Amino acid sequence: MKPSWQRLDFLLLPLLGGAFILLLWHLSSHSWSGDLPDPAKTWHESKPYVLEPWAKRGELDQGILRFTMLSLWLVAKGYAIALIIGTPIGFFLGLSPTFNKAFDPIIQILRPVSPLAWLPLGMVLFAKLKGVNVTELAALFTIALCSMWPTVLNTAVGVRAIPTDYLNVARVLKLSRWKTLTKVMIPATLPYMFTGFRLSLGIAWLVIVAAEMLTGRPGVGGFLWQQYNALIYEQIILCILTIGGVGFVLDRLMSVIERRFKTA
Amino acid sequence: MSFLQLQGVSMGFGLPGRRTEVLADIDLEIEQGEFVAIVGYSGSGKSTLMSILAGLLRPESGRVLFDGRDTPEPGPDRGLVFQNYSLLPWLTVYENVALAVDQVFSNLSPAERRSHTERFVAMVNLTPARDKRPSELSGGMRQRVSVARTLAMQPKVLLLDEPLGALDALTRATLQDEIARIRLAEKQTVVLITNDPDEAILLADRVIPLTAGPRATLGPSIPVTLPHPRDRRAIHGNYDFKQIRHEVTQYLLKARTRHRTTLTRALVLPDVEPEDITHKSPPMFGPKGRARRRNEVKTETVEVSL
Ligand SMILES: Nc1ncnc2c1ncn2[C@@H]1O[C@H](COP(=O)(O)OP(=O)(O)OP(=O)(O)O)[C@@H](O)[C@H]1O
Ligand SMILES: [Mg+2]
Repeated sequence: MKPSWQRLDFLLLPLLGGAFILLLWHLSSHSWSGDLPDPAKTWHESKPYVLEPWAKRGELDQGILRFTMLSLWLVAKGYAIALIIGTPIGFFLGLSPTFNKAFDPIIQILRPVSPLAWLPLGMVLFAKLKGVNVTELAALFTIALCSMWPTVLNTAVGVRAIPTDYLNVARVLKLSRWKTLTKVMIPATLPYMFTGFRLSLGIAWLVIVAAEMLTGRPGVGGFLWQQYNALIYEQIILCILTIGGVGFVLDRLMSVIERRFKTA
Repeated sequence: MSFLQLQGVSMGFGLPGRRTEVLADIDLEIEQGEFVAIVGYSGSGKSTLMSILAGLLRPESGRVLFDGRDTPEPGPDRGLVFQNYSLLPWLTVYENVALAVDQVFSNLSPAERRSHTERFVAMVNLTPARDKRPSELSGGMRQRVSVARTLAMQPKVLLLDEPLGALDALTRATLQDEIARIRLAEKQTVVLITNDPDEAILLADRVIPLTAGPRATLGPSIPVTLPHPRDRRAIHGNYDFKQIRHEVTQYLLKARTRHRTTLTRALVLPDVEPEDITHKSPPMFGPKGRARRRNEVKTETVEVSL
């Protein structure tokens, strides 16, 4: 039998780790980094945003959960576009060696491009369209383009990894092309696809902050950037913690879904 | 003309330079209603021969004639029981069989299809496991699902690639009797591949030895004239049985002593584990191999006689 404190270590150790970081933060703000607000001040200044999470005092002065919802909604739209476009592209890459040879080099070059580089292009791209929200389209363009690649590449790998035996079953049964796709190929690829979906969601959430900063849209990232420009540093830290927390929750959720499909 | 016929079929794999010639000059004629067993060593090309009979592989030279057609596409009229079961791991036992039934008997009503599926699941004694996934089944149970799926298609010819290989002796005997019974009842044409001469002689009208590869070829067919239904206990003391058994093994042994070598090959085990996503290498330029599956990362080195 372990002593009782050891059975609680899953709780105690993270708390200790957190306390250590708080201490480091506190010491830094009182020594070499004069502008960094200390933990107590940060909490004090963040209180209105945390304790009234749904308040709306102005376009860029809203409760933290309200900002989070705005950001999440934008991410959801961009992410949906990424999946809708990325999954079929992945299938084509996996199915057709010709298609793969033609587009793989381009994908490998576009994949590492930073969202900060895509956003201006998005602004230019949609600038001449009438009756649309150019900044929103540019943000969606950036999120979709940056977060698409893990879905594309994992789907392609998954399609290539479909065992020949499964396809032989489809051939012996003379399944139509459509049925082969829906009854054999998609289920066989799903575990790979969901790995891609999870990685894509992580990237989409990374990109949102950059997109909001550059466009000044209301959201966690936009708020962060505005407070920085207004020299109010406490809420920057609040935003960072919020972004991290939301990213963590999203990743957990996707892992749960992903695991469900892996055992299938 | 025969029902199912191979004429001068040869088959090899790989590009020039590092080719393996697997089958050479295979001639085979199977009449409607006949039960033919092909007996051969492991790795000699039995599954390759079966894939050619099923139409899944095209021979590099020679012709396949089936039911009056020249080298036709695969279809449910040639029902193949895959050596590695090839069940779809995301479907239950019932759904695996139903996939075949729904496809082949799309003209029947849903209720008729359901009872048809149930009947074949019951035939292999898997009704208690009907809602289990392949990963929850033993090897023998998977093999029975695979047999049920193929029998449920009611094919014109049944192609059995070592269908009872993974079974214990008792289940094996039960399913052997089951195959013999179905065959008699339905006048089914059957090609059975096995490495067990006793099984071949118990079931077949004709036993054909396949010499060891490379360039494996079929030996003379040895008719089994024992009357059906055959009793496995009585048959072992039977004089004809011993004669035929002797003939088959002698032929295989004679072909075996020509020369020996060893070979290493990847073992592709029955595919029941999910893909190993952690093993894939990041794709770069150029062509990519497919991701490895956990159960493929195994090789065996065996001594084979050539
Ligand atoms: N797709 C392929 N590519 C390359 N070589 C192959 C391929 N399929 C089979 N072979 C080779 O052909 C030979 C015969 O294989 P096959 O699977 O037909 O043997 P088998 O008689 O069915 O063996 P077993 O009794 O173990 O099932 C082996 O040497 C194998 O390595
Ligand atoms: Mg085989």
